[in-house]
Amino acid sequence: MTATFSRDRSTRRRLRRKWLLTLLAYVVALIFFFPILWMLLTAFKTETAAFTVPPRFFFHPTLASFGEALARGDYLHYALNSLVSSLVSTGLGVLLAVPAAYAMAFYPTRGTDGTLLWMISTKFIPAVGVLIPIFLIYKDLSLLDNIWGLILVYTAMNLPIMVWMIYSYFKEIPAEMHEAAQVDGANTAQVMARVVLPVAIPGLASTCLLAIILAWNEAFWSINLTNTAAATLPVFIASFKTAEGLFWAKMSAASALAVAPILVFGWMAQRQLVRGLTFGAVK
Amino acid sequence: MSTATAQRGLRLWRRARSRRGPNTALLLGPSVIFLLLWMIVPLALTLYFSLRRYNLLMPARRGFVGFHQYANLLSSGSFWTSLYNTIVLVAACLVLTVVVGLALALLFDNEFFGRGVARTLVISPFFVMPVVTALIWKNMLMHPVYGLFAALYKALGLKPVDWLAAYPMPSIIAMISWEWVPFALLVLLTGLQSLPNEEMEAASLDGANGWQKFRFITVPHLGQTIYVVIMLESIFFLTKFAEIYATTSGGPGMATTNLPYLIFLESFFQYDIGTASAIAIFAVILANIVAIFLVRFVARNLAEGAQA
Repeated sequence: MTATFSRDRSTRRRLRRKWLLTLLAYVVALIFFFPILWMLLTAFKTETAAFTVPPRFFFHPTLASFGEALARGDYLHYALNSLVSSLVSTGLGVLLAVPAAYAMAFYPTRGTDGTLLWMISTKFIPAVGVLIPIFLIYKDLSLLDNIWGLILVYTAMNLPIMVWMIYSYFKEIPAEMHEAAQVDGANTAQVMARVVLPVAIPGLASTCLLAIILAWNEAFWSINLTNTAAATLPVFIASFKTAEGLFWAKMSAASALAVAPILVFGWMAQRQLVRGLTFGAVK
Repeated sequence: MSTATAQRGLRLWRRARSRRGPNTALLLGPSVIFLLLWMIVPLALTLYFSLRRYNLLMPARRGFVGFHQYANLLSSGSFWTSLYNTIVLVAACLVLTVVVGLALALLFDNEFFGRGVARTLVISPFFVMPVVTALIWKNMLMHPVYGLFAALYKALGLKPVDWLAAYPMPSIIAMISWEWVPFALLVLLTGLQSLPNEEMEAASLDGANGWQKFRFITVPHLGQTIYVVIMLESIFFLTKFAEIYATTSGGPGMATTNLPYLIFLESFFQYDIGTASAIAIFAVILANIVAIFLVRFVARNLAEGAQA
């Protein structure tokens, strides 16, 4: 009887500890998410409601600020630039990275590790270290404020990560599977299309997702290389910084529209993110 | 000698062909050339510009000046200030993100109801674009009159603070840490989940308490992961730009000007390409000190992977 009682008590204590930890985790989650939530709430306010003292959590929600942010006309222009630059640079990146990763994963030579490491190490050159020459060359080639100029920089920026991730996914394909296809007499393009790519599709998808996220959120290059014609959403949103304190609801609406799709992508890609950004150093 | 090289090249070529594989040079070439053109050539040009006098406003005064601009930098107050700011920013953000990230990783390593949802909420800040982060924090949280922190202070009977004016660097550090704690958390959680359960159970059977298990099993196991987080974050923190650009513009005074922002000012406001390039080379060297260790670490992993 006493034995059951004491076991009961220790289970109860463990249970209480578990509940406390769970509660703590929820509280932490809410604190970290709060600034985003606050932005979303402000996006549904009117400008006057955004400026109450003290700030209000309950209010009459309205879509007016979204309407105004979109109606400024240029919002869609910047959004389109963001969309085109992140999608096209990711597409170009895949076209360059898949053959390179294929060669290194299935036909390694003595130089393969060196090549791969060299590619990864270019990711560690700070952008400021290459900004000035790229700016001057772009000026001569009239690639400044040109969407292609931005696309090419984003491709170069993400290429090392894409090569690395796709390489690591290709490495997971059993060599026998690859060899069997070759024995059947398929050529390289056929092996790639029929055997390698179908198996690696989930990996390729998460690689693309990560590349799109990184290009979409990128601000340094777009601020320095574009003006209006090719400017992306970060440039547009940064323009609110001078309109000090005047358009919080509109700013929040514009930000919410820019952040929401990436948040969804990010949630989908969270596991692959570790693989991509740590270059396999953490498993 | 050239015949010997040619013969060796021919032999290598034949060997490559005889394996019936594709021409790997053709597959690898485009990526290598692309990275050469967009990364290595500009880097070399930056080095070249740093050794020349080159101001866009004074096109007549050009020429080779050797290390003159580097010497100028070493005696310039703004360079040392921004180097100091860079190091403070990197160090503070590293300590904050690793300590908080580790605590949260341990918390989220427990199984509990709704863990997936809670984890998803915690990591969200990492996906918010830095410009948006900067504006939310600057306006809606830190604004001295209408901000939430001001409301909180007033509710507690304290006098609200103009955070970005009174504590510019700590404010920037808070923003960047908010973005990057989720990254540390995600990576460390991945590291924790590869910790074998049996080890923990064996330690429990041996009577180890929670702290002992943490100190003697978790920390050594996570050592490598923490090392990787520190190196990766250092490289990213060294080049922070958007958060500063969208909030303090490097000010007040030079209080939040780091090396990237100084380069931005020198090249786009002073049009001094030569000096900006010299600062950029310093930034590259700083990043490389860290990157060399990181690349060596990745290389070791590759070698291990090849043996396995």
